[in-house]
Amino acid sequence: MSGIHVSTKINGDAVEYVCDVEETLLDVLRDKLGMTGSKEGCASGDCGACSVTVDGRLTCSCLMLGAEAQGREIGTIEGIAKGTELHPVQQKILDNAALQCGVCTPGFVVAAKALLEKKPDPTETEVRYWLAGNLCRCTGYDKIIRAVMDAAAEMRGN
Amino acid sequence: MARNPDADNAPVKKEIESPTSKYDAEKASSFKVVGSRPARPDGMDKVTGRARFGADMVMPGQLVGLILRSPHPHAVIKSIDSSEAEALSGVKAVVTRDDFAPNDDHADVLYNIMAREKALYEGHAVAAVAATSRPVARKALKLIKIDYDILPHVTDVDEAMSPNAPVLHDDIITKGVNPAPTKPSNVVARSEFGHGDIDAGFAQADEIIERSFKTAATHQGYIEPHACVANVGADGMSELWCCTQGHFHVRQVCASLLGIDVSRLRVTASEIGGGFGGKTTVFIEPVALALSRKAGRPVKIAMTRDEVFKASGPTASSSMNVKIGVTKDGRITAGYGEFRYQGGAFAGAPADFGAMSAFACYALDNVKTEAYDVVTNRPKGAAYRAPGAPMSVYAVESVVDELAARIGMDPIDLRLKNAAKEGARSSYGPKFGSCGLVETLEAAKAHPHYSASLGPNQGRGIASGFWFNFGGETCSNLNINADGTVTIAVGTPDIGGSRASMCIMAAEELGIPYDKVRAIVADTSALGYNDTTEGSRVTFSSGMAVIKASQQAVTEMCKRAAMMWDIPAEAVTWEDGCAKPSGPNAGDFEPLSLAEIAATAGKTGGPIAGHHEYNADGAGVSFGTHIVDTEVDPETGKVDIIRYTVIQDAGKAIHPDYVEGQFQGGAAQGIGWALNEEYIYGDDGKLQNAGFLDYRMPVASDLPMIDTVIVEVPNPGHPYGVRGVGETGIVPPLAAIANGVSAAAGVRMTELPMSPPRVLKAIDDAKVAAE
Repeated sequence: MSGIHVSTKINGDAVEYVCDVEETLLDVLRDKLGMTGSKEGCASGDCGACSVTVDGRLTCSCLMLGAEAQGREIGTIEGIAKGTELHPVQQKILDNAALQCGVCTPGFVVAAKALLEKKPDPTETEVRYWLAGNLCRCTGYDKIIRAVMDAAAEMRGN
Repeated sequence: MARNPDADNAPVKKEIESPTSKYDAEKASSFKVVGSRPARPDGMDKVTGRARFGADMVMPGQLVGLILRSPHPHAVIKSIDSSEAEALSGVKAVVTRDDFAPNDDHADVLYNIMAREKALYEGHAVAAVAATSRPVARKALKLIKIDYDILPHVTDVDEAMSPNAPVLHDDIITKGVNPAPTKPSNVVARSEFGHGDIDAGFAQADEIIERSFKTAATHQGYIEPHACVANVGADGMSELWCCTQGHFHVRQVCASLLGIDVSRLRVTASEIGGGFGGKTTVFIEPVALALSRKAGRPVKIAMTRDEVFKASGPTASSSMNVKIGVTKDGRITAGYGEFRYQGGAFAGAPADFGAMSAFACYALDNVKTEAYDVVTNRPKGAAYRAPGAPMSVYAVESVVDELAARIGMDPIDLRLKNAAKEGARSSYGPKFGSCGLVETLEAAKAHPHYSASLGPNQGRGIASGFWFNFGGETCSNLNINADGTVTIAVGTPDIGGSRASMCIMAAEELGIPYDKVRAIVADTSALGYNDTTEGSRVTFSSGMAVIKASQQAVTEMCKRAAMMWDIPAEAVTWEDGCAKPSGPNAGDFEPLSLAEIAATAGKTGGPIAGHHEYNADGAGVSFGTHIVDTEVDPETGKVDIIRYTVIQDAGKAIHPDYVEGQFQGGAAQGIGWALNEEYIYGDDGKLQNAGFLDYRMPVASDLPMIDTVIVEVPNPGHPYGVRGVGETGIVPPLAAIANGVSAAAGVRMTELPMSPPRVLKAIDDAKVAAE
């Protein structure tokens, strides 16, 4: 099997890798680059645990081939905190105890951040529909929704 | 109570039989840290992606393990030829049934993790390969030739019980039936619970309602698929990394299946991405170890979601009859239920727990329940949050709701009139100790939700629920570090924030700030045996072990202070994190803080530690009451949850955020079970919806906020009054929602899930019947 050479940018850093044609971006992130913050919950785009951004757009990395990252800018959970400074979504998830097992949390962080960049003042219903592509089985979503609303308020300076 | 489905004769625990500890009311009146809501110690890692779950581990030189699974629901495996796969370049090992010796202690588990004479369900493992890459491993699976002799199959519980059903196991002769049957069948066991005379009780009733109910099998639905990395050395020294609720149990079973000493296998529990009972057993772990042993290299196996649905351990489907009699003034005179559960291809459907918990919310003079544990050609069930109780309680609470309407009584008043309380004999045997059902019902009645107005097509449902709770074998260590910080090692994997609770309890006992304490889940070689994280036992029993270990360390620190002051140890007390002379006669010394004592420990006798190991009893039963408003679209049959309130007795909430989280999570799973989730089998015996798109769990836009009320009726068997809270939350929702939907639709719903086509049909059938 011949590999495909890919040049891309991940969390602002130039990255090169060789991947098989059948490998997803999630496979590449996890298995080739050791970036295991993105999780595989279903490999079918239903759970959102592998959420990343591609040129700023929220994407399930399990639904995209590694080869398709060529020339794109990929954002993953590993790039969201700046050193020890958490993004407001991350901080509010902690403050609201909006996680139990935490395996869905990276996907929610990536998805919620993408929402707030697009719409800084979402209603609860808008948050619920935006995050409908991210499954959480532990929390019943209550505290997650509250955390995202809190983060939105903080980012607006309220 | 918890039952590991792998354990044959799981203990039936009686509450307050001999509690390990007693409630300390004085201590509980002056908590400083308990009841606060600090950030959890593993939180930072989880919001940044640093936390390592089952599939996140990489060992040097690791191979990829894949499992070949039966496409047939029931077939004799005549032969397996793996020679071509073994010859493929890059393949380092192939294992089949021939690589596992028969094992009397774990016969069903062994049969389940690798099929022996027959494949018993679609997805049953028949072979496994370890290869240098995934593509090579995939190719190898295709080269393994299996010769199957396909047999007739059965997946429905009632069909499996019929005399003409295909029989899965020649050696299952129904237990608990007199005289014993002479022929094998799919009915593993019949069991019976209750007391009094139900015929006499029904004779006293003014109203009697009898109904049949069905519920579909559901999956725990944890987002993290099972994953592990096994590494077996040439000398047999082995390590296993896996996501599990019970790494000690994994060690015990795997060591037995592989024929190695327990001491040679070290199991580390990774962060766990949900379990809800589904990760209390082994599936891939022994296979990865066998592959690693054969290949001489580490092997990682991670299930796909399809494998999780087809080959892990969903919960039972059920078919039930319930009959309840009541007087006009609301006294329940008799209750009867028959509960038939299928638990997949092996014994262990939690029908007995269903029968035991069905009427547990009521103090009855006459009650009888019968349980049937039935096998079918489905994956072997595992525990799922309060295993067996949600279904049977759904049936009972539906009939109670209907009776309340029949006699014109408020459904909460009917429950209050018959509620289980301290001293009452439970429907499953023992007498109840102090418990909080009445308090949850009273809180429900007083809650604004209960009196809020409803819109068109809306209906309100309420239901109560019960779970036994469990204590079990527990061992924890606590080390006082030289800088005055404290490290706790527990042996119970943290599935929902329990490390935070452990730190809170240690900080409370030691009198130091929460952030000076760190808790870890230690591996199997670092601690004595711990029972699995199940049965709502962790905050209760690991927490109590941490409290006792803290007290032991305090005693030692007082001794060290006495040594430093040169006074008798009895003359030193511990207060606010400091050793102090116990009175004027003890001498005049400045208090010594934990940090000061720790800093000089080397000069006063060496490191300071506490530990505690015991078999925890006195877990304290748990009750809850849920209120739900539903709205039914009469044109499509779709049900929306408009408002939801969970009220549950926590005994004492150590970290209220995570108590609320358990309530909310249980309710959300119950909503999925009530409205959408089901294992759908075709006539071919194959699962038709093995993925999250077609097995529809609730998403954020399906749910409202879930309000919670924490009731605190202290558990007399715990120093802080703690009761487990993990499981009860999933017990009432099925019934509460069914009661709400029945009220909204104007027709009694007797089958779950209440998916749109089923609700629409019930509405249409009722219209036809009315015409």
